[in-house]
Amino acid sequence: MAEIRQTELPGVGVRSDFVTGDGEQLGVLVHHTGRRELLIYDRDDPDACRVVVSLGEDDARTLAELLGVPHVNETLAAMQQRVRELAIDWLPVEASSPLAGRSLRGAAVHSRTGVSVVAIIRGEETVVAPGADDTLEVGDTVVAVGSTVGMKDFLDLLAG
Amino acid sequence: MLAVASGNVALVFVELGAIVLGLAMLARLSDRLDLSPIPFYLLAGLAFGEGGIAPLDLSRDFIELTAEIGIVLLLLTLGLEYSAEEMRRSLRVGMLAGVVDLGLNFTPGLAAGLVLGWGWPSAVLLGGITYISSSGVIAKVLADLGRFGNRETPTVLSILVIEDLTMAVYLPAVSVMLAGLAVGTALFSVTGAVLAAFLVLVAALRYGRVLTRLVATRSDEALLLTVLGITLVVAGLAQWAQVSAAVGAFLVGVALSGSVSQRAKTLIRPLRDLFAATFFLLFGLEINPSHLLGVAAPAAGLALVTGATKIVTGSWAARRTGVARRGRLRAGTVLMARGEFSIVIAGLGVTAAAGAGVAENLGILAAAYVLILAVMGPVVTKYSDWISDRFTHRFARLRPAGPPGVSRSPRRGP
Repeated sequence: MAEIRQTELPGVGVRSDFVTGDGEQLGVLVHHTGRRELLIYDRDDPDACRVVVSLGEDDARTLAELLGVPHVNETLAAMQQRVRELAIDWLPVEASSPLAGRSLRGAAVHSRTGVSVVAIIRGEETVVAPGADDTLEVGDTVVAVGSTVGMKDFLDLLAG
Repeated sequence: MLAVASGNVALVFVELGAIVLGLAMLARLSDRLDLSPIPFYLLAGLAFGEGGIAPLDLSRDFIELTAEIGIVLLLLTLGLEYSAEEMRRSLRVGMLAGVVDLGLNFTPGLAAGLVLGWGWPSAVLLGGITYISSSGVIAKVLADLGRFGNRETPTVLSILVIEDLTMAVYLPAVSVMLAGLAVGTALFSVTGAVLAAFLVLVAALRYGRVLTRLVATRSDEALLLTVLGITLVVAGLAQWAQVSAAVGAFLVGVALSGSVSQRAKTLIRPLRDLFAATFFLLFGLEINPSHLLGVAAPAAGLALVTGATKIVTGSWAARRTGVARRGRLRAGTVLMARGEFSIVIAGLGVTAAAGAGVAENLGILAAAYVLILAVMGPVVTKYSDWISDRFTHRFARLRPAGPPGVSRSPRRGP
């Protein structure tokens, strides 16, 4: 994604702008009142705007929808394609699991299955990106990412 | 209320209605011409005042009260304009530009006052008159010309914010100076007033949230009345303490923050427009236009010099942020406009005139000065790009053309 620059306009609002892939400078000015202005900068005078479109809150939502929905769909489609070989799973640690009470290092999850534990959900708490010394406890939910084959191995390992 | 006492409500209503209708016509005309209505109100005042084309015998007491409220509301909205956070940030980023602005634009007025032999109090007032740009006129110009998105605009706005903050110190200092005290006591009082304003300002920036929470309410009506009530009480107290009602109102505006200030601004604006219009009218009414010719030359000279110094200020500040030639001139020319606050400052002097040794002609000079720059500023900045291009072409032969302002990254892609 292009780098977005934000500039505060005292008494007016906040302006965000970026350069498109074609080198066109685009910006959006959000007024304190909620009104928005779509800004297209002048190529010959990059400090000035060639086009200024004033948008009410409804107009802004309409435009965002027109621009946004196809974009989201494309992204989803692309992700599914790329991710066909990738599995993400939320798995409970049962009382019977041989991994219960063991650290990630001790369980050697990654070296045995190739799966990474990206989070451990424990009641209200979530350990994001747990370290090798974090332990798996009975009742935890493990968030794991890996190949579909690796995930099958991990399931077997976890169930014992 | 005077009218009620004399049992003549009907006449006052008709008179007031006629005045407001007259102002409405002027506002319409100025809108048609894309100009600020302020010069039109001033001209109307000149025409219908003493010594004008058609002097009117109006109920002065009533107009004077509405004009006073006009000043209070003008300063309240000035205070409401920027949030504490915006002020802090502008101060950090634009301090140097603010100092240059003050140095370049206060000095000509001060010097002119002294050269005219008006003495220090009038010279200090005149310095303030030439220093302060009209944020009202400028905001309108920026909106009309679609320049809010331009890259030079943040620079312009941060200069306005700093001028706004400078007023918080300048106004109380000036009003104490005008209270006509002996030099020693005056110096002491000025220091006291500035210190007090500074403390209130710091407190407002730091604890404004408390006031905001107290004032906050869902009802627009309740909010309007609360803000108006607090403002008038504080303004009254400030006046009583000889710090000028305007300063009190300004500080109330600064202290309010967040969504409350945003809503209060929208609610107060129509009221301000009404009362401020009568203030400008009254200012014109109290000036005898026969003196206009006498001040024409100094007013024009001052307008020319301080128009140029604002251009230099704006261009220099914009250049520091990497804005190209055209943008620099736009930033400079848009700052030229003087308006409501120059008149407010002159009004302080006119009110205090006799006692404090303020020159008799200060009011009319300020009116003539604002007439010129409130009209010229927006017009010049409208054609700023054209002017910039003309000059570029003229110098192009002397200097090799430089690279364009911003180099663009080459087209990306497969």
